[in-house]
Amino acid sequence: MITRTPRSRYDVVVVGAGPAGLAAALGAREAGAEHVLMVDREPEPGGILQQCIHTGFGLHTFEDELTGPEFAERFIDRLTERGADLLLDSFILDGAPREGAVQVIGRDVGAARVEYGSLVLAMGCRERTRGALRIPGARPAGVYTAGLAQKMVNMMGVLPGRRVVILGSGDIGLIMARRLVLEGVEVLGVYEILPYSSGLNRNIAQCLNDFDIPLHLSTTVTRVGGRDRVEWVEVCPVDEALQPVAGARRERIPCDTLLLSVGLIPENELSQRIGARLDLVTRGPVVDSTLMTSVDGVFACGNVLHVHDLVDWVAEEAMRAGRFAAEHALGRPRPRDSVRLVPGQNVRYTVPHTISPDRDQVVMFRVAKPIERATVVAVAVGEEREQPVVSKKIRYAFPAEMMRLELSQADLDRVDAETLRIDVVERPKKKKRKEGGS
Amino acid sequence: MLYDVAIIGGGIIGCAIARELSRYAVRVVLVDKECEVGFGTSKSNSGIIHAGHHSPAETLKGRLVVEGNRAFPKLAEELGFGFERVGEIVVARDPGELPALERLKTLGESKGVPGLELWDRDRLLREEPNLSPRLAGGLYAPTAGVINPYECCFNLIRNARMNGVELLVESPIVGIDRRDGFLSLKTPRQLLHARYVINAAGVGAAKVAAMLGLHDFTIQLRKGEEYMLDKRMKGVVRHIIFPVPSAKSKGTLVIPTFDGTIMVGPTAEDVDDYDISTSDAGAKAVFDFVRTLVPSLHARDTIAEFAGLRAVSNTNDFIIGPTAVPGFINVAGIQSPGLTAAPAIGRYVCDILRDEGLSLVERDDFEPRVEPIPRFSALSMDDKRARIAADPASAHIVCRCEEVTESEVVAAIDQGARTLDGLKFRVRAGMGRCQGGFCTWRCMQLLSERLGLPIEAITKRGGDSWLVIPRLEDEPTEEAPR
Repeated sequence: MITRTPRSRYDVVVVGAGPAGLAAALGAREAGAEHVLMVDREPEPGGILQQCIHTGFGLHTFEDELTGPEFAERFIDRLTERGADLLLDSFILDGAPREGAVQVIGRDVGAARVEYGSLVLAMGCRERTRGALRIPGARPAGVYTAGLAQKMVNMMGVLPGRRVVILGSGDIGLIMARRLVLEGVEVLGVYEILPYSSGLNRNIAQCLNDFDIPLHLSTTVTRVGGRDRVEWVEVCPVDEALQPVAGARRERIPCDTLLLSVGLIPENELSQRIGARLDLVTRGPVVDSTLMTSVDGVFACGNVLHVHDLVDWVAEEAMRAGRFAAEHALGRPRPRDSVRLVPGQNVRYTVPHTISPDRDQVVMFRVAKPIERATVVAVAVGEEREQPVVSKKIRYAFPAEMMRLELSQADLDRVDAETLRIDVVERPKKKKRKEGGS
Repeated sequence: MLYDVAIIGGGIIGCAIARELSRYAVRVVLVDKECEVGFGTSKSNSGIIHAGHHSPAETLKGRLVVEGNRAFPKLAEELGFGFERVGEIVVARDPGELPALERLKTLGESKGVPGLELWDRDRLLREEPNLSPRLAGGLYAPTAGVINPYECCFNLIRNARMNGVELLVESPIVGIDRRDGFLSLKTPRQLLHARYVINAAGVGAAKVAAMLGLHDFTIQLRKGEEYMLDKRMKGVVRHIIFPVPSAKSKGTLVIPTFDGTIMVGPTAEDVDDYDISTSDAGAKAVFDFVRTLVPSLHARDTIAEFAGLRAVSNTNDFIIGPTAVPGFINVAGIQSPGLTAAPAIGRYVCDILRDEGLSLVERDDFEPRVEPIPRFSALSMDDKRARIAADPASAHIVCRCEEVTESEVVAAIDQGARTLDGLKFRVRAGMGRCQGGFCTWRCMQLLSERLGLPIEAITKRGGDSWLVIPRLEDEPTEEAPR
């Protein structure tokens, strides 16, 4: 699969060989694209999965509980069977979508121009940093994003510090809390500015509760101290506007490391350079029902499109993107999107941004706040009236959890409007039985 | 061994003096307490090369700033650091400030600052459409420019070393003794002897002078906080935007940096101790103020923030000259416009050394130029191809946000980078949007490989700024915990 001398033209070129890139390449091959190339910056495929040595991957895709590298291996094996080219230690400098070409540089290829029928963007995301959070104070060594700390521990066999405070309850931070405790590091606590966790419940249970690591909600780090290396962080409770509570005690916690797990940002620099329009909420490209961006022949999937919670959904989405990219490259007929999809009540965003009534559709979205006993409703918004098309009851809806709604062609046949809105509404609470007598 | 000149302090001033002295056949050593030069006040400098009309003509800084500005084009060309005369505009926030602009113009013209123009409100907004429409007018100075101050330090010292100057880092001065005809400098590891000692110790200059019983001046630390904004703000202003200056500082500015980002700051806060922390109050003061100049600026666009300490002397002017101790020369209290004046200070100090009896004979083998590290990201696609063909390590991108190649990182290490910050300041690896999230590890590996040090020995900026420790069970038991 690994190539040193790529062809000059491929049906589908995939940018990135992480979970999204691998699955997109597989999807493209399975849909009939003969020549598929993946390009990755790292010396091995798998992307961030390689540093995720914990289990929990693949429950939906393989009905098996795998580690990150094992999950990647399954796709690599299937791709090796199918046959696809993989260019490692390489970087796509720029694209020329009008010419259907990208400029690749790399240790083996030097500088090469590669033409494509379709391009799939699968670059993943980066972590939000201290600078973006604007935590004031000193700038000592020892402030790391959780993912960098994960790489240090799991890939390089070193530790980021001895006494660690974690800001943000994103999944990587939770996983790292447990990982560091297992390595003998003191994890003093996880601080989350929101009144609820940004990570999955199963990670709160398995990574924090099982290891007696305290989670402090509605509390944030307000200052970092230390001349050369972190010496303390100051934490303070916040109010509903997420501002430090006036007059509240600001506690200084002695520590040598601050890990940040405060959100992921899709890496869309290349997407923007080639002219793809971005969604302000997801910070990923605006896509149609085939996951094609606003640039003809350029598709997007995985965390570059929107940040996912589970890699299984990344793979599922990317398989579809690969399939659509192959269909486009082979000149097969494409669906015509006639319905605009918009986020409604309690919904932050939807992916895709338009849908087609021609085939079954998968809609992915996230809620804006935790809701117990919720109903997801797809509402056709006509000029005169609104018509619920599909509704689905769910027990809990959490912002940390990505939600999916499958719309069948039959459902979509009932949409007699140009706009379909996704709402998540609270169901009225059941009346409690009166307790006791009288 | 006896040096002719020992320079204490490797900030922009020490480096400029070292480079100037390297023209002559003298033995020079520069001693700095940090791990690399420029790691003190200079790295937090705003990077402005002032036109020179802000400082009164009768002061030393008022004189040296104009000469310094004139020296920069040649210096930048020889040393290959970025310098661009973007020009500056001092803006009047209300009509009441307009006379101050006229006074500044008259002052500047009397000092020979070229091209000063008063702009009315219409002209101002035509040139800089994102300025607040409430501004009343501006004073334009075309010769003001921007540089990367740390890049300037690195290239000055690199050139000085090529021409024979020795550099000792991580060597704080702990004592100075007068001997017969020379001075001895003690560091924790060395004893150095020199006929002349230049005290360019920045915020520590008064303490160094006190080691010889000299107490002729005091240094007040004045903190300045700076906020670097995301690249998408590029172009919001094209010129450096100044308010009308106050007695304490030139005010809080909007600076289009040489690298194309927008920086806002600094604050001016007197502090008692070493303190380079940023604060909520500082951020609020900066953004509240700069929004009166450019309303579209916002704190949420910050990608990095930092603070530095100015060394403000009790005379409020540069203190440059010989002292009661023969051979000991102060170059102290160099706050703004010290960066601009640095090349002129270098020459001025050479004049003082001559007056004090040092014979300065020009070397015939002085090489004024250094080859800059070619910046891959700035090349055209054709030039990138050519570079990769010539140097395959150029095809490997280490820092994706700033598109920095392995070849650039290795060159930076070979030219003196010892730390992550040293790499960041030389080639911008880790300076972009992800702030080193992806490239930190690779940079640490390359430092470790090239310097022959274990990975745990690599630091952010020297001293106790360690980055990683070995896994706990791997650690030798006799080692005391850090």
